[in-house]
Amino acid sequence: MERIYLDYNATTPVRAEVRDAVLPFLNDLFGNPSSRHLEGRQVKTKIEAARAQVATAIGAEPERIVFNAGATEGNVTILRGYQVNYKEKKGRDHIIISAVEHPCIYDTAKKMAGEGYAVTFVPVDGEGNIDLDGLKKAITERTGLISVMAVNNETGVIYPVKEIAKIAREKGILFHTDAAQAIGKMPFDVKDIDADFVTMSAHKFYAPKGIGALYIKKGKRLDPLLTGGHQEANRRAGTENVVGMIAMGRALELATGELATDRERIGKIRDEFERRILAEVPHSRRNGGADNRLYTTSNISFRFVEGEAVQLKLDHFGIAVSTGSACSSGTLDPSHVVMAMCNGDEETAHSSIRFSFGKYSKMEEIGYVVDRVKEVVAQLRSFSPLYDKFLSSQGK
Amino acid sequence: MDYTEKVMDHFMNPRNVGKIENADAIAEVGNASCGDVIKMYLKIQGETIEDIKFQTFGCGAAIAVSSQTTEMVKGKTLREALDLTRDQVAEELGGLPPIKMHCSNLAADALHQAVKTYMKDHGIAER
Repeated sequence: MERIYLDYNATTPVRAEVRDAVLPFLNDLFGNPSSRHLEGRQVKTKIEAARAQVATAIGAEPERIVFNAGATEGNVTILRGYQVNYKEKKGRDHIIISAVEHPCIYDTAKKMAGEGYAVTFVPVDGEGNIDLDGLKKAITERTGLISVMAVNNETGVIYPVKEIAKIAREKGILFHTDAAQAIGKMPFDVKDIDADFVTMSAHKFYAPKGIGALYIKKGKRLDPLLTGGHQEANRRAGTENVVGMIAMGRALELATGELATDRERIGKIRDEFERRILAEVPHSRRNGGADNRLYTTSNISFRFVEGEAVQLKLDHFGIAVSTGSACSSGTLDPSHVVMAMCNGDEETAHSSIRFSFGKYSKMEEIGYVVDRVKEVVAQLRSFSPLYDKFLSSQGK
Repeated sequence: MDYTEKVMDHFMNPRNVGKIENADAIAEVGNASCGDVIKMYLKIQGETIEDIKFQTFGCGAAIAVSSQTTEMVKGKTLREALDLTRDQVAEELGGLPPIKMHCSNLAADALHQAVKTYMKDHGIAER
């Protein structure tokens, strides 16, 4: 059976052009970019070209780009680097993040809170939008860093990072945005936003896993997480992931050229899918506002059924999705993102399914997916004690 | 650790699902906020579980464990049902991922609660 992959926010397949671009580096072009001989110099030239490709795509100068292993490394580097460097900015031991950041920020910030930092988690409303007044009010003289993601990974909600960067700038506070879900999928210009630090992840835009990059604004110091090598201009030690860098550069160059057509085509599929699901599956609710959202993502809670059960059944029918339910996460806590949006209603979080669309999604697949979702949800409800209780309360 | 084939079989084709009208014993454990609610319905003849059905809101493991539990005690005596442990259910399923052991706990809990209430109400000694 042909699989239907609807989990593009988790990761994407490597596209053929990207695979072709890296093949020479798995063959003859094996040199260490740090070596002064021809083998090394050849590769060094190519990774610098890849750096330029990444920089161009986000409106930065190539020397502002530091390659790393992905968004988790980037985000932890920002928080931990800030922790090391804040001594220069005496007393700035307060950081502000949104309540819906990716766990690599959210959990790291929580750890920092246990290490003597003051951390404010700014809430979001029922549509997932950040409370900007709350953010402003949270700022104190000790605030040194604000970190708010560009696009939420679970809901696709887009955050006003340019506005937040401006608020930070006016108060002399550093601004970082985790743009893992934004870059390669929507226009993104670091100069326009005026961010100090930006996190990127390549496997979200059809390059392999294990490669990403940080944008560090000129003049902003950030101690590296990995030390003991001169690579990346002393900003990230370790022999370069050459294949990853080449792939990331090529993939981002391609993605940037296709932003408008992707938005149009994939957006239509997502919208049609969501319209049908909400119309045809009773007691389903969208998590995240309808409008201020990236065109790739549809996060739906199906009341009275648990997300992992829905996910497993859909997988059986050849459909790959993800869930905010605790039971699939390796922890026992449901999605803090969906929880933040529904006033801590854990049942809604346990019942949430994320459908995320991408380059290989097809409009023709939607009918099959909608039918299977209807079937699976109805079947699980048929023996759900919560649904039974609901029916009784309705006098049925 | 992934789900075993047997867990998947019980999850995809759960046995004894639904309600028993005029059940002799009913118990519900868990709550929606922790992600699992299991409700057991028992039909009891003398000291034997003649029929048992369940309703479960929960993950794949919670559903499989509920199904497996009903299979293991159907036709058994009340005391035998009390002796059934969550570990035995998990073992019968070929094991559960460690983090899921709390789910299987619930199905046995629901069964025990229903059986104990029935025994108390009918003056049957647990031992």
